Amino acid sequence: MSLYSEKVMDHFRNPRNVGVIEDANGIGEVGNAKCGDIMKMYLKIENDIVVDVKFETFGCGSAIASSSMATEMIKGKPLSEVRELTNKAVAEALDGLPDYKMHCSVLAEEAIKSALEDYERRKSEQA
Amino acid sequence: MIYADNAATTRMSDAAIEAMTACMKETYGNPSSLYGIGQKAKEALEGARDEVVKAIGAEDYREIIFTSGGSEADNQAIRSAAEFGKQAGKMHIISTAFEHHAVLHTLKKLEKEGFEVTLLDVHENGLIRPEEVESAIRPDTCLVTIMYANNEIGTIQPIREIGAICRAKNVLFHTDAVQAIGHINVNVKEDNIDMLSASAHKFHGPKGTGFLYVKKGIKITNLIEGGAQERGKRAGTENVPGIVATGVALKEAIDNLEKNAEITQKKRDRLIAGLKEIPHSAINGDENSRLPGNVNFCFEGIEGESLLLLLDDKGIQASSGSACTSGSLDPSHVLLAIGRVHDVAHGSLRLSINEEITDEEVEYIIKSVKEVVEYLRSFSPIWRDLVAGKKEFIL
Repeated sequence: MSLYSEKVMDHFRNPRNVGVIEDANGIGEVGNAKCGDIMKMYLKIENDIVVDVKFETFGCGSAIASSSMATEMIKGKPLSEVRELTNKAVAEALDGLPDYKMHCSVLAEEAIKSALEDYERRKSEQA
Repeated sequence: MIYADNAATTRMSDAAIEAMTACMKETYGNPSSLYGIGQKAKEALEGARDEVVKAIGAEDYREIIFTSGGSEADNQAIRSAAEFGKQAGKMHIISTAFEHHAVLHTLKKLEKEGFEVTLLDVHENGLIRPEEVESAIRPDTCLVTIMYANNEIGTIQPIREIGAICRAKNVLFHTDAVQAIGHINVNVKEDNIDMLSASAHKFHGPKGTGFLYVKKGIKITNLIEGGAQERGKRAGTENVPGIVATGVALKEAIDNLEKNAEITQKKRDRLIAGLKEIPHSAINGDENSRLPGNVNFCFEGIEGESLLLLLDDKGIQASSGSACTSGSLDPSHVLLAIGRVHDVAHGSLRLSINEEITDEEVEYIIKSVKEVVEYLRSFSPIWRDLVAGKKEFIL
């Protein structure tokens, strides 16, 4: 019996899409250091499609795994789909999270939403 | 595998396991029964009690009550002092902000029952100042309860001085010595201790066994009512195999205490020196007045649970005061009590070693922690902001 599913451990040990996108056009950061979790999402959006995504996370194993899984779930996807991503879908894709770690998947959803908002804001400023 | 979490629990010693299984197989009688095998169990029980008396410098076997562990002993000591204090119109208790939860949560309950509790500052070095104990004592103080050594940061308190102050002021003094017994010299007489709690699994004994020392003449109440076991102070058929193993483990620990402490301390100091090389890190708790096996650090920009999981992957078992490892939102109350802010308290690591660790293992731990901290920092948004100068380093 271990704390996390194998999927969580896989994404924690080998996180996908780690890092920074220098020319990202949507950046979102959620959480705070006081609570022990911060997630930062970098999106590169072209023609309403997420062509690239990267993340940086300060947090526990499930926070890192949730960020990693969420990036995989939105990479290459149209914005209409990305907007629909829920924390539940992220947690399910990870074969579940312990109850008290569900907030990590919420942070992943919020980080993406925040990055999308930033993208919309930049777009409206340009227009 | 390198087991570096001896403050959480220890591996039972071979001699303790042998004594325990032999007792289960052969001395299975009930110590309250008058026939042969019952009386044999009684003898075994009392033999273990004598070992405890010797180990802590008690005066009399009647001063030892075997319990289910440190938590029960803490509860019973504090509840007793509170009950008799209340009868005498004394409803003030002094303790510290970084006690074990067995103490803090009992005190919280007593507060709800009308007691007033003063929690002393533990200062940045994690050491209580005896003069602050003295000035906190009031005419209505019925108990001072201060741990012998802290379970997270390993700081050893000036128990003897605090005990002397309590004696002079005629106030009961209890100490949770769970982390101290079997690791450093503890003598209830010389240390002026009235009540002391200990737990066997912290000194290579079995889980589920501990004891409470109560100085002769001090009144105690029951947490568990029932039969007349433990001189009527703790009902329930005695855990004879566990108690016998406790006696064996304690004797072993005390016989080898000086030797083991010296070896362990050397390895501890090497670990501390090695981990200090990590930039923006800090040791938690005083470096000198410290348990021989305790190492506790904060690393800025990372979170403790991920650190533990990656160390586990490298075969190193350790612990952290991060919120994520406790299931709550707040990091360790001990680290907060010594003034670490949340941001860095989440990035803590406790290694609690014993004399069995080799020099190679010590070097491997240092190397591994360095690698993992560096790796986690490489994608930490906090670390990026710190390095970029957008945020100020705390450590």
